[in-house]
Amino acid sequence: MILAVAILLICQLLGETLARGLGLPVPGPVLGMALLLLGCLMLPGMAARVMPTAQGLLSHLSLLFVPAGVGVISHLDVLGGSGPALLLVLVISTALALIAGVLTFVAVARLTGNADATEEPRG
Amino acid sequence: MTALPEIWSYLSREPLLWLTATLVAYLIGDQLSQRAGRNPLVNPVLVAMVLLGGLLWVTKTPYQTYFAGAQFVHFMLGPATVSLALPLYVNRAQIRRALLPMVAALLAGSVTAIVSALWIARVLGIEGPVWLSLAPKSTTAPVAIGIAEQLGGLPTLTAALVILTGIIGAVIVTPLMRLMHIRDWRARGFAVGVAAHGIGTARAFQVNDTAGAFAGIGMGLNALLTAILAPYVVSLML
Repeated sequence: MILAVAILLICQLLGETLARGLGLPVPGPVLGMALLLLGCLMLPGMAARVMPTAQGLLSHLSLLFVPAGVGVISHLDVLGGSGPALLLVLVISTALALIAGVLTFVAVARLTGNADATEEPRG
Repeated sequence: MTALPEIWSYLSREPLLWLTATLVAYLIGDQLSQRAGRNPLVNPVLVAMVLLGGLLWVTKTPYQTYFAGAQFVHFMLGPATVSLALPLYVNRAQIRRALLPMVAALLAGSVTAIVSALWIARVLGIEGPVWLSLAPKSTTAPVAIGIAEQLGGLPTLTAALVILTGIIGAVIVTPLMRLMHIRDWRARGFAVGVAAHGIGTARAFQVNDTAGAFAGIGMGLNALLTAILAPYVVSLML
């Protein structure tokens, strides 16, 4: 487990260093994700080592957003007088982005002949 | 014996109390969510946020004090983001096959998120730095704050808009997809990752592992694309 945590932190550290060093508009952890994926592809044992810890973290991903979320609740005044209008914008715009994304995915998947792969019988 | 107010004034300054409170509030949220059959309205982040927000308000605890404890949880966001590589690795064959649908959905979702937010906000009379802060609302917080600063928006407001967008996305995605009769987990996950970043991705992992894997890619790619697109879209709409 310590090894897995060390691997995750090393990837994040390399990601942060690359992102800052090259002035890339991507957060360090996202680059770290790409680096770990490369690592897993190149070293066959890597994925199995990191898997249990990664799964543990990802199964409670929601928890990790709680501190930032509490920040929003205790700073709701930053929304100012336009709070209700801003909420309306977020709800409509998020719904539209979801609809646009999902419909495009399904349409292009059908056109390129790999629709609904997840519905194929498993095994 | 030490008086209760003294014990309180000691504990409320230590990280232990608020770290524990964060975990307990999340466990309560997660339990409620499970009891509700993972009903999207009972979102564990939302429940925990409201419980802790109320607790801070009642005890008159400043957010900085709370965060001194909660930062240990917050810190794990980085390693958790790196961990998203594992579901990518496991599903790599499926992801490779879905490359074209992903690129198309990324463009559609990302552009819609930016343009619709700015356009609706303008119709509702929102202007200036507040309007600019809306542009990166669908991307993960660190990227969004960077973009907002570059555009002349307000970083704190952007952070709040990003978190709210994530929660809204996580709450509406399941009913919306059911309404549209979309059963492709890849499409559902990818769309929520693009529109509602990490909080949407957390919801996707609750529902289906394939959806979670695709949500993680959607989130990562949209961080990159919004950083490129947002300044351009804003300059077109000014």
